[in-house]
Amino acid sequence: MKHYLLSVVTPTDGEPPAPEVLEGIMRNVGVFHQELQAAGAWVFAGGLHAPSTATMVRPKDGDTLITDGPYAEGKEYLGGLCIIKAPDLDAALDWGRKAARAITLPVEVRPFEGEVEG
Amino acid sequence: MPDSPGPPGASEVPRTPDDTPDDAPAVPTAEIERLFRAEYGRAVAVLVRAFGDIDIAEEAVQEAFTTALERWPSAGLPPAPAGWIITTARNRAIDRLRREASRANRQARAALAQELNVRCEPAEEGPVRDDRLRLIFTCCHPALSTSAQVALTLRLLGGLTTSELAHAFLVPEPTMAQRLVRAKGKIRDARIPYRVPADADLPDRVGAVLAVLYLIFNEGHTASSGDRLAREDLCAEAIRLGRLLAGLMPDEPEVLGLLALMLLTEARRTARSGPDGAPVSLADQDRDRWDRALIDEGQALVRRCLRRNRPGPYQIQAAINAVHSDAPTAAATDWGQILRLYDQLLAQAPTPVVALNRAVAVAEVDGPGAALVLVEELGLDRYHVFHAVRADLLRRLGRCAEAASAYDAAIARTDNAAEQEFLRRRRLALPSV
Repeated sequence: MKHYLLSVVTPTDGEPPAPEVLEGIMRNVGVFHQELQAAGAWVFAGGLHAPSTATMVRPKDGDTLITDGPYAEGKEYLGGLCIIKAPDLDAALDWGRKAARAITLPVEVRPFEGEVEG
Repeated sequence: MPDSPGPPGASEVPRTPDDTPDDAPAVPTAEIERLFRAEYGRAVAVLVRAFGDIDIAEEAVQEAFTTALERWPSAGLPPAPAGWIITTARNRAIDRLRREASRANRQARAALAQELNVRCEPAEEGPVRDDRLRLIFTCCHPALSTSAQVALTLRLLGGLTTSELAHAFLVPEPTMAQRLVRAKGKIRDARIPYRVPADADLPDRVGAVLAVLYLIFNEGHTASSGDRLAREDLCAEAIRLGRLLAGLMPDEPEVLGLLALMLLTEARRTARSGPDGAPVSLADQDRDRWDRALIDEGQALVRRCLRRNRPGPYQIQAAINAVHSDAPTAAATDWGQILRLYDQLLAQAPTPVVALNRAVAVAEVDGPGAALVLVEELGLDRYHVFHAVRADLLRRLGRCAEAASAYDAAIARTDNAAEQEFLRRRRLALPSV
């Protein structure tokens, strides 16, 4: 078994969905999480606050430096993530499809290094 | 054989049968190379299944090849060369992995453990059991880019070298090497499975495999530029892989359809270019130069597809080519039948390019005026064939000034020197405006 990271690719200058639409999306995401748990594929999931809430910590001269802001400004940002356990990429992509349908945004599927117990 | 503390049962691995008869005839190197190209895909596929790793499989098969080149020219061929290659490669891989495993290399241990498991496993479930088929689906996995799919398929199943691939696709060798390394890395790290997809996913995934084979064939058929010889190899390679796929999936009519389409197209190869290398249009080709054996084989496949009655785009295109190959002269072509097939194709694959080809048939059945109306509706300005077809229709309608500018537009939109020359001649042949 391997761990895979499902990243929610969120457009930086996109309009957030209307409240009633968002409610439906969150309901579908909840169903997706339940399905992961029932299948034993669940590891972790969570939505992230906007990049404007990010703080950087950089190593500097043996000490560290704290600054405001995300490490990179881009057209897209990591809006949320879900870590799953799957036997291979085909299985991980099946979860990725379900995730993308629920969240209505593109989802990047990426393997973690190493193996995990089945 | 190193006496390493291998996993239990490892000592039962069959050793290379060193049983070439003493009086065996010498084998020329070229023959050994031909044999290896023919057997490379099968050997790599078997070893990938055994060890779960493409690099281990390829290295081992190449080592077996090196051994064969040392041994066979003097000792002659073993009784079953294909089996010899696989057995030798497997033993080399096991020896190497044992050395690695004793140095606590975890990946080597995993590969060894897998090999021993695989050999004790019963035959696998799933629609078809062939290691090469599993490997084709791995190479053509949708998680890989098209260029990686094509390169991997030709490398692992066709046995083409990196430099042959670079040459055929007109990229520098380091670029091609990088492409292969990256694709193999993704298969390994993301764990793209070595598996024939489940029945539910099969139609989609077969479509991806067929698209890769057809792309390889077309790359050879209409070289957009570059060395002609390397390109002809690509056609032969696509047909070889198409035959392999048809043998592995005889119940998939689109697989047979693609093979038929490639065979019927290939049958016209020698007639397609004149002595100076310029393209010759279908109507002007010397039909005595068509390859009858390929036509017969292609037509037999089309008939087999028709009996299945599950038409698809490749089968219909093959049927259109079968009608062309039936006509003893261009004038005897059954354009009505071809138009009906294009109607079917357009319903299945409603693309502008299909509509353009259908318009060519309309011109033969209902005249150039009717065809021009259809062509003018298509937004294919960047496609040189669109302008070439338009030019020809305008010429037939006696609108020579417009035909001339359409030929100019076509010439400006292709980089293929032979095509440009062909279009220039057509333009020169126009009645003076």
